[in-house]
Amino acid sequence: MQGDGFFFQAFVYLSAAVISVPVAKRLGLGSVLGYLIAGFAIGPFGFHLIGEEGQDVMHFAEFGVVMMLFLIGLELRPSLLWRLRGPILGMGGLQVGLTTAAITSVGIFFGLSFQSALAVGMTLSLSSTAIVLQTLNEKGLMKTDAGQSAFSVLLFQDIAVIPMLAIMPILAVKTVKTIQEAGDSHGGNTTWVEGFSGWTQALMVAGVIAFIIIGGLFLIRPFFRYVAKTRLRELFTAAALLLVIGISLLMAKVGLSPALGTFLAGVVLANSEYRHELEGDIEPFKGLLLGLFFIAVGASIDFGLITAKPGLIGMLVVGLVTIKLVVLLVIGIIFKFRHDQNVLFAFSLAQGGEFAFVLFSFAVQNHVVSNTVANPLIGAVAISMALTPLALIINDKLIQPRFGTHENEEKEADSIDEKNPVIIAGFGNFGSIVGRLLRANDVGITVLEHDSDRVELLRKLGLKVFYGDASRQDLLHAAGAEKARVLILAFNDHQKTLDMVHMARKHYPHLTIFTRSSGRTEVFDLLDEGVHHTYRETFDTSLKVGIDALTTLGFRAYQAQRATKTFRQHDVEATDILRHVRHDKKNFISLSRQRIEDLEQLMLSELRDTEDHLDTGWDISHVMKEFGGKSQGEDN
Amino acid sequence: MKNFENNILILFAHPALQNSRVNRHLIKYITDLDGVTFHDIYEAYPDFHINVKREQNLLLENDIIVFHHPLFWFSVPAILREWMDLVLQHMWAYGKTGNALKGKILFNVVTTGGRESLFQHDGIHGNTLVEFLAPIRQSAYVCEMDFLPPFIVHGTRNITQQEITSHGEDYQKIILSLRDGKVDLEAAKLHQRLNSDLKSIIKT
Repeated sequence: MQGDGFFFQAFVYLSAAVISVPVAKRLGLGSVLGYLIAGFAIGPFGFHLIGEEGQDVMHFAEFGVVMMLFLIGLELRPSLLWRLRGPILGMGGLQVGLTTAAITSVGIFFGLSFQSALAVGMTLSLSSTAIVLQTLNEKGLMKTDAGQSAFSVLLFQDIAVIPMLAIMPILAVKTVKTIQEAGDSHGGNTTWVEGFSGWTQALMVAGVIAFIIIGGLFLIRPFFRYVAKTRLRELFTAAALLLVIGISLLMAKVGLSPALGTFLAGVVLANSEYRHELEGDIEPFKGLLLGLFFIAVGASIDFGLITAKPGLIGMLVVGLVTIKLVVLLVIGIIFKFRHDQNVLFAFSLAQGGEFAFVLFSFAVQNHVVSNTVANPLIGAVAISMALTPLALIINDKLIQPRFGTHENEEKEADSIDEKNPVIIAGFGNFGSIVGRLLRANDVGITVLEHDSDRVELLRKLGLKVFYGDASRQDLLHAAGAEKARVLILAFNDHQKTLDMVHMARKHYPHLTIFTRSSGRTEVFDLLDEGVHHTYRETFDTSLKVGIDALTTLGFRAYQAQRATKTFRQHDVEATDILRHVRHDKKNFISLSRQRIEDLEQLMLSELRDTEDHLDTGWDISHVMKEFGGKSQGEDN
Repeated sequence: MKNFENNILILFAHPALQNSRVNRHLIKYITDLDGVTFHDIYEAYPDFHINVKREQNLLLENDIIVFHHPLFWFSVPAILREWMDLVLQHMWAYGKTGNALKGKILFNVVTTGGRESLFQHDGIHGNTLVEFLAPIRQSAYVCEMDFLPPFIVHGTRNITQQEITSHGEDYQKIILSLRDGKVDLEAAKLHQRLNSDLKSIIKT
């Protein structure tokens, strides 16, 4: 043990990540591989900066997986989940069933007892949710057919872990432990259901699940609204973490997978207005913990064993990956995937999963599998996991080009469907008018609003409004800024608008930004920041008053209209000129003097240009001069 | 509640009435008549956002439709053209089931800056005013409307106040006669312009 306490360890882990992940990304290897390499580097077989405690870290970091499932749940509306039931049960069931059968047969062939072989088969049929989803997300492949199918299979596997944990002790020659003791690897050691009969246990489990669903529907939202009213961002973060940890504990107490519980809570909250804020709050924790998890996996690869028996381990890896690949390809053919999608699907799922570590240790505890069998297999699983990002790169660079297709283009419309092209930040008097106009013309809008009372009201009116402080980059990200095309800042806070423009320009330069502002000086600031369209909030209203005043005085409505439009155009042009003039002396005069000078310049330029204001199209005085006529300046 | 033989709708279009002495006077003679609706469309729709339903209802309520406008580039002012594009909808004004305007009467009241002599086959413009109105006439035909010759005021650039008054009185007379069903339509159609000889077409 090299550690000088917690801070030294944290320092080692963080620096490993910060050094190795950017390099891996730069090389096109993806962050997962970067973390794994970092883990290997600091592990017992690298620089030996961390020792055996890597295992503990891994258990802790598995919480990242729990958070990831929560976030996935948030992205999955119940209706979408229901639509996926076919793939989940069909593909997932087939994958787990066929792989288990194949590996069990191989195990028996190599002389394992049926019980051991089955335990190994079940364990190895699982794939790595963490690695696969993280990698697919990073490559933007989640929305493809293959990505969606892979996700369905992974979801089924996460659920299948529960019965597997239940079956293990039954397979044991001598039953020693209860399901739950090893089932919850994440926290408390005793569960409430222990000692009850099977029926009671089942009832309690059902009760907890019902509690999560009903609580999510009726309790969590008022709770978040209450927290949100404090307007303390960190309190909301705390509440979000509390929710995830609370559910994890609850699930552990009844012997279920915490990941499954938080996933369920996520699905229940997918339709709530706090979805984006929750995503924004949990995301950094998830990212860090998941990174930590990958590092721990990298560190735990037992190179002693690998170097001792390189042939055996190599064969195990090749065998495992080959069997999984074949099964997945067959499933792809059964479900009629296109070839490119089928290969992507198979390559993403052809590895062992993190649950294998849990299941193998559980199996060993239950004497279902011996250590001599389990240890090489654990090594093989870890290597296959580490190879996944590499396999996907090979698929991307070498195999996919042969199919001539890269992305599934037909899916394009779907993704636009899910992420709205317009994000409106601030939904008060100003934003709501813009939003209603867009919606009335079938343009999807995502609304971010910081006033929880207003969020509640607008949702009652059937609008899709999300709670959150729009100036946060993570929230903007969660709101789909990457896919959106237009960002409208409609809140009434100049400094915050400026900050947000700055942030959006930096992270999402593709967005066309619309802002409101109170006056000309604010417009200048925003234009300098690179805003594309900026609007003085009282400008057009004032002009409308001008039109109505003119018509009341007896001007023809059309004349008043044109005069005003000419005036407007002139003002816009003058503002633009002023903006550049202003720049030269910006530092010399105070803001109030600036305003007066601006106005003065404007008035002067108006006087100069009066001649241009006249509509000469219907004024035939010039015609009269040429062709002759009695009256002056009017006719026809 | 039809008190008159024919209800009349005058669609008036002038983008700069403030500059038009002749039209300012002409409209005075027909704005306050019973059974006659004066509809100033540039005033009603300064932003060109024409309310199609409202316009169609106005058309349904009337039997005689008048396009009163100056001649701009040998055609109607822009908003009147926009009005036709939007209001005369397929399946409403024309087409298999479009017969809302069937049997109604349409004619133009046109003012031109140029003298009548310019609007001759041997004049500068090479065509008569009636010929320039061919698109309107054909539109009326497609809508199964009865098209009458236009009421024309030529040479507004050199017109005297006396002449304007006389035209105004004629305008009022023909509108009232049409309203009361006292115009011999077949006789009227024989003329190049509605106001060339009022006595010969107004029944007493």
